[in-house]
Amino acid sequence: MSNAKHSLARQFLLAVAAFAAAAPALAADAEHGHAVFLKWCAPCHSAGIGNPGAPMKPGTYALLAKYNNTLSPLIEERTDLQPDFIRVVVRNGITIMPFSRKTEISDRDLDDLVAWLTRNNK
Amino acid sequence: MGLYRDAYTPVWGTKEELLASAAVAPASTEEVQAIVRIANEFKIPIYPISTGRNLGYGGSAPYLSGSVVVDLKRMDKIVEVDDTRHFAIVQPGVSYFDLYRHIQERKLKIWIDCPDPGWGSVIGNAMDHGVGYTWGQYRDHWGSHSGLEVVLANGEVLRTGMGAVPGSKTSAEYKYGFGPTVDGLFAQGNFGIVTQMGIWLMPEPEAYTNGVITVPRRRDLVELVRHVNYLEDTGLIGHPQYGSPLQAGPRSPALAALMNKAGGPSDEEIDGFAAAQGKHVWRVELQFYGPPRTVQANWDYARDRILAAIPGAKAEQGETHRFPMSDADKEKLPHKVAMGIPNLNIFSIGARTPLNPTPQDGHMWFAAVVPRTGEAVLESQRVMADVYRKYGLNVGGYLQTPATWHPRTFIMIVGFPISKTDRAISDRSLAAFDEVCAVSAAHGWAEYRTPPLKVDHVYEAYNFNNHVLRRFIEQLKDVADPNGILGAGRGGIWPKHLRGKKK
Repeated sequence: MSNAKHSLARQFLLAVAAFAAAAPALAADAEHGHAVFLKWCAPCHSAGIGNPGAPMKPGTYALLAKYNNTLSPLIEERTDLQPDFIRVVVRNGITIMPFSRKTEISDRDLDDLVAWLTRNNK
Repeated sequence: MGLYRDAYTPVWGTKEELLASAAVAPASTEEVQAIVRIANEFKIPIYPISTGRNLGYGGSAPYLSGSVVVDLKRMDKIVEVDDTRHFAIVQPGVSYFDLYRHIQERKLKIWIDCPDPGWGSVIGNAMDHGVGYTWGQYRDHWGSHSGLEVVLANGEVLRTGMGAVPGSKTSAEYKYGFGPTVDGLFAQGNFGIVTQMGIWLMPEPEAYTNGVITVPRRRDLVELVRHVNYLEDTGLIGHPQYGSPLQAGPRSPALAALMNKAGGPSDEEIDGFAAAQGKHVWRVELQFYGPPRTVQANWDYARDRILAAIPGAKAEQGETHRFPMSDADKEKLPHKVAMGIPNLNIFSIGARTPLNPTPQDGHMWFAAVVPRTGEAVLESQRVMADVYRKYGLNVGGYLQTPATWHPRTFIMIVGFPISKTDRAISDRSLAAFDEVCAVSAAHGWAEYRTPPLKVDHVYEAYNFNNHVLRRFIEQLKDVADPNGILGAGRGGIWPKHLRGKKK
C-alpha cells in the first residue's frame, strides 16, 4: 500500500474511531436522561393531543390501547419499566416506532435515559 | 448493522432486504472528503443518509446491499439563520426540531415549513423532494432550497449558485448564479454528498385563520378544485386540505359495502348515501396567513366565491390565531405543521389505538403525480380503487382526496401496510404496488418518490424517447463518478457495472 493510501486509510479509521469511541464508564445521569427523553421520546410519549382527531399523542394513545389503563400510558409515570426492556425498544423499535441509531441516541444517552425512566421504580 | 436497516422495509428478514455492510459517521466536510477518497481508492460503494428518517421511502438503508452507509447525523451545525432576509443555512444532520428550537431560543420572527415528522433532516427532506403545509412556495422544500455545498465523487468540494463566487453572501437567496444549474442532479440523485444547503424561510405572519367549505355531490369536486386552484395561484390561501366528511368518525359498514360493490359505486349512489346521512361528499380546509384584516378579507372572498358557484355548498370559519403564540397555546393546536411547528403526531395514523388494536409495522408509500383537476382525481380514484379492491386493501378508494403539498400538482398517495412477521401482508402490498404503478403509468401518472425496492419499477414509467432522460443522466454519472461509488441506485441511476443486472 502506498503512503498516500496509508494516509487515506488512517483518516478513514480515525473517522470510524471517532464514531465508535466508547464513552468512559460513568454513573448514569438521570437529569441528562430527562433531556434525552424530551428530545427523542416526548414528541410521541407525553401528554397532549395528537394529529387532528386523535385525543392523545401517538405513543401515549398506543399504550392506553395496549394496557387499557392497567398501567399509565405516560411512560415517564411508570414505575415498573425494566432497563433491558427500554434498551431493546429503543434499539429495535416496536410496531411503527422505528429504532434509534447511536448517532441519535448514543449508548451513553441510552444509559441516562434508562436512569430517568427507572428513577421511581419500586 | 441492525440500526441501519430500513425499519419499514416490506422484505424484513428475507434475502431481498437491502442491508448495509458498515457505517461511518463523519463530523465535518473534510471527513466526508476523506471517506469519499478512500471509497474511490478501494471502489467501496457508499450511501449517504442525513438523519435516516425517510420512513416509507427507505429509511437509513442503502439501495445496494453491501454499501457502507455514510451517516451525516453528526454534521448538525446551523450555520446561519437570517430573519430579515428569511433563510437558513444548515448541515445535513440538522432536523426540523433542531432548526425550530434554534429559532425559538433566539426569538427570531421566522417560520419553517416542516413535513409531518419533525425529526427528519431539512436537507434530506428537500433532497427527496419532500413537502410541507404552509404557504405555496415554502411547501416545496427542494423548490425552496438555494445553494449547495457538495462533496463530489473525487473528493472535491463544489458550491453551487452564488456559493461559487468567493466572498458572496447571497448563496441562500439567489440559487441560479450564472450558467447551467446542476443542483437537480443531487436531489433524488447520486452525484455527490451534500454537506450544506440554504433554505428559504417564511416570515412569521401576524395572524392565521382557516375555514372549511363542503360541497354536497361527488362531481362538485371539479368546480371546487377550479376555485381553490385560483385562490392558491393568486396567493390568497396557503395549503388547501381536501377530505371527505363521509370518512369522518368510526368506519361505517354501510359505507364500506357501498365502496366495495362490484364495479364500484356510481356518483349518484355516493351522492344518495351522503344525502341520507345528512353529509356532504367533499370538504376543503383553507388556510390564510397575513395581517388580521387581510386574512379575514381573504376568507370572506374565498367563501363568497365558492358558495356563489356551487349550489348547496356550505362554509364555516374555524380557528383564528395571532402570533407570536405561547408554548401552551401551540400545544393545543390540532394541526401544528400548518403553523410551521414540527412534531411527530402523524404517527397517530398507523399506531395502536383503541380502534386499531393490532397495528402494522410500517408502510410503503405509493405517491402518484396527477393533474390538479377534479376530473383527474375522480378518474384516478376509480382506476386505483379497482386495484386496491382486487387485493383486498383498505386504502384509497372513491373518497380518496389528493395531497396538495406541492403547490402546482396533486399527489394521490396511499401507505401500503407492511409487517415484519406476516409475510402475506407485505407480499400483498408489494404486488399491489406493482400493479397500481403500471395502471397509473398507463394513464400518465407516475410516482414522485418511492421506496428503494421499487425504484426501477417507478423509473420505468419515465421512458419518453426510449428512456433518453435516464440515458442522459447515466452518461453524466459515468463521468462524474467513474467508479460508481456514490449512492448506487438512488433516483433509479445505477453505476455502469450494475446496469441491467440483478442487484
